[in-house]
Amino acid sequence: MSTATTTAPARAPENYLNTDYSWKSWLLTIDHKRIAILYLISISFFFFVGGFFAVLMRLELLTPAGDLVQAETYNKLFTMHGLILVFFFLIPGIPGVLGNFLVPMMIGARDLAFPKLNLLSWYIFITGGLFTMYAVAAGGVDTGWTFYTPYSSTYANTHVLAVGIGVFITGFSSILTGLNFIVTIHTMRAPGMTWFRLPLFIWAHYATSIIMLLGTPVIAITVLLLALERLFHIGIFDPAIGGDPILFQHLFWFYSHPAVYIMILPAMGVISEVIACFAKKRVFGYSFVAYSSIAIAILGFFVWGHHMFVSGQSPYAALVFSILSFLVAIPSAIKVFNWTATLYQGAIALKTPMLYALGFIGVFTIGGLTGLFLACLGLDVHVHDTYFVVAHFHYVMVGGTVMAYLAGIHFWWPKMFGRMYPEFLARFAAIVVFCGFNLTFFPQFILGYMGMPRRYHAYAEEFQVLNVLSTAGASILGLGYLIPMCYLVWSLKYGEVARKNPFTARGLEWTTSSPPPTMNFEETPVVTEEAYAYHTAYLNEEDYVVR
Amino acid sequence: MWQDFPLFPDSASSVSGRVDAVFFFLIGLSIFFGVLICALIVVFAFKYRGTPLRKRGTPIEGSLPLELAWTIIPLGLTMIIFVWGARIFFAESIPPADATDVYVVAKQWMWKLQHPTGQREINNLHIPVGQAVRLTMTSEDVIHSFYVPAFRVKQDVLPNRYSRMWFRATKTGVYHLFCAEYCGTKHSEMIGHVYVMEPQDYERWLSGAAADEPLEVAGRKLFESQRCDTCHKEPPDARGPSLVGLFGRQVALEGGGETVANEEYIRESILRPFAKVTKGFQPLMPTYEGQLGEEQILQLVAYIKTLKAPAAGAEDRR
Repeated sequence: MSTATTTAPARAPENYLNTDYSWKSWLLTIDHKRIAILYLISISFFFFVGGFFAVLMRLELLTPAGDLVQAETYNKLFTMHGLILVFFFLIPGIPGVLGNFLVPMMIGARDLAFPKLNLLSWYIFITGGLFTMYAVAAGGVDTGWTFYTPYSSTYANTHVLAVGIGVFITGFSSILTGLNFIVTIHTMRAPGMTWFRLPLFIWAHYATSIIMLLGTPVIAITVLLLALERLFHIGIFDPAIGGDPILFQHLFWFYSHPAVYIMILPAMGVISEVIACFAKKRVFGYSFVAYSSIAIAILGFFVWGHHMFVSGQSPYAALVFSILSFLVAIPSAIKVFNWTATLYQGAIALKTPMLYALGFIGVFTIGGLTGLFLACLGLDVHVHDTYFVVAHFHYVMVGGTVMAYLAGIHFWWPKMFGRMYPEFLARFAAIVVFCGFNLTFFPQFILGYMGMPRRYHAYAEEFQVLNVLSTAGASILGLGYLIPMCYLVWSLKYGEVARKNPFTARGLEWTTSSPPPTMNFEETPVVTEEAYAYHTAYLNEEDYVVR
Repeated sequence: MWQDFPLFPDSASSVSGRVDAVFFFLIGLSIFFGVLICALIVVFAFKYRGTPLRKRGTPIEGSLPLELAWTIIPLGLTMIIFVWGARIFFAESIPPADATDVYVVAKQWMWKLQHPTGQREINNLHIPVGQAVRLTMTSEDVIHSFYVPAFRVKQDVLPNRYSRMWFRATKTGVYHLFCAEYCGTKHSEMIGHVYVMEPQDYERWLSGAAADEPLEVAGRKLFESQRCDTCHKEPPDARGPSLVGLFGRQVALEGGGETVANEEYIRESILRPFAKVTKGFQPLMPTYEGQLGEEQILQLVAYIKTLKAPAAGAEDRR
């Protein structure tokens, strides 16, 4: 609006991208925006590696017989698919890319509180990733991403240690990122940026950081104990040498269930931003949405036992974990209702990020509701460890987190790179992703209730039709992911030059140029209004219509 | 009723109908909320699409009554499902008194099952319709999980402990038996079938099937060959506690406390005799860890279970 008409100046103004083109300036950068780009490149790599394994799995599952790959190979495929996508895409994804880029900008800061620590986080992440990729190249690992003992500690003959070290190392990256975000949000907010003026993206990242900081040490300890048992036969988890395999499950899920919220909370933050912008309205019930993030972070620590209803834990413990699991569903429901209510009387523009965001709400609603099936004790006994669970968490992780990530990438792409992507193609891809996703994973709910166990290389014949549907969906979904990959890379060079605020969004990140200068803001912004002040800001503008 | 509907599993146990009922309730709930949310999104998205801001009324920024409504109503609904699910879960956990035993030893990658009367099966289980069956299960290596989708029941099977489950089949037929906990390379081949038979067919199968000695007989022989009876006999000259009438009894322990003498306790006392020493006895018993296999221990357990006190009505413990 207020931006000068950009008619491709001969020389772009200096920004964080064009200040220095040397390798060193990238690999030793302490600019949070450049570190975000480093994360973007590395997690995109891991995303496509993990996705490639999924493609092979889906192809194997076209027929009931295990004929495309050997059982051992199949087991490695689902293990590495889960490991890479959980630890090297979903957990670091949104915080590493969008969080790194946006947390300082949204609160009006020059950088994160500890820029060097931020760079160290990325190096730790890459080191962990290299260990894992080494394990993949050296022959892989076949324990499942859950590493259940005593299989992983005693019986598996694959590269459990290398992967364990990879997971152990990358955990520290999470811890440092969480620490950095918490300190930054506490101490570096611009003048006037009170807690209840913070964008909900920040609230979500704050809640995520709490989990990263408190939960990740537990997985580190667990993996360490596993390594001790594997290397030195110290009896911790294997009952043959005096350990307890259920203990492993408790420790593992004490982290790994909250980790699910590490994956979904930042996604929810993205959705709040996108919905507000493309409805041109303040998020309905702002404080309820903000507090529900904190409630999820806290309650999320007390529900891990719902992964263990049939493991042999006490039925009374199961009772407690069941009721707490139902309770943790409530804050998520509050968010969904509030997002929906935000649309009411909005000025809706169905741009690409909004298509992903609306898709997210629908898909996440199904993911959340099917969570209730699994929290329900008598029902979980039947569907536990079946494709019902697989479908449920893919609805949350892929339908939820990946779609929100794509919403965020499309929303902030012009800000990050100063270029627009082809809108029509992008909308088409969003619809392809939505359809492909549902066709892939909805049949798996039915498969699960029919009783098809997960992690099966070969399966009974009556499950074939639904598996074929699922594989067909996966090929559409895969295509849906490749299209943005192509046009986004294309847009870096050929895309239309982006204005400062192409979506007429509110938020400090839109008040600076695209791409932003290294210091983010010409001068420290002073905040005088609440987040999402769309109403007051645009009421006087003539015929504001976005289509 | 679902027989001809290929998208739904057989329902063949006393709890499967109850599980399906809560499932359909949740499906209904999900359809209601899913359709509600999707319909609102679609309606709002198209109704307000491209609305000029100046034509829009003052936006509503929040509403406490609405927030309370969409907190309390879902909370109430989830609590109903919680209680419903918990009731089914406890019904699945507690076997009825008339249940017959089957002993299961899992290993990579097979199920070894044995009936008390001695019939052995691998990956198959034959049971009579209408009869409650209680499985006492253990694993020789990693964690497995015994899963019969048509019965809607599943239980992890762990090494070094007994897991229990029970079911009462209500419909004859052949049903899948799956290992549901990932257990290594041939996890997906650790499968079999449960044959639910009419009682007379089951009797015929029992008499026709190759049977070893009944478990308790094998157990008694083992008991004698291992010379358990040198110590475990009637007072006054017994060095170990008498095992007559032991099963299901409360046992007072050396150092205080007491425990129920169930299968787990007997197994533990054979393998790690010092873990729980009966009050009034010295810890003299040698360990049998590594000397007896899981199946032999189950035979001993089955035998000790039969040593009932002559008069007292031995109660059946789970």
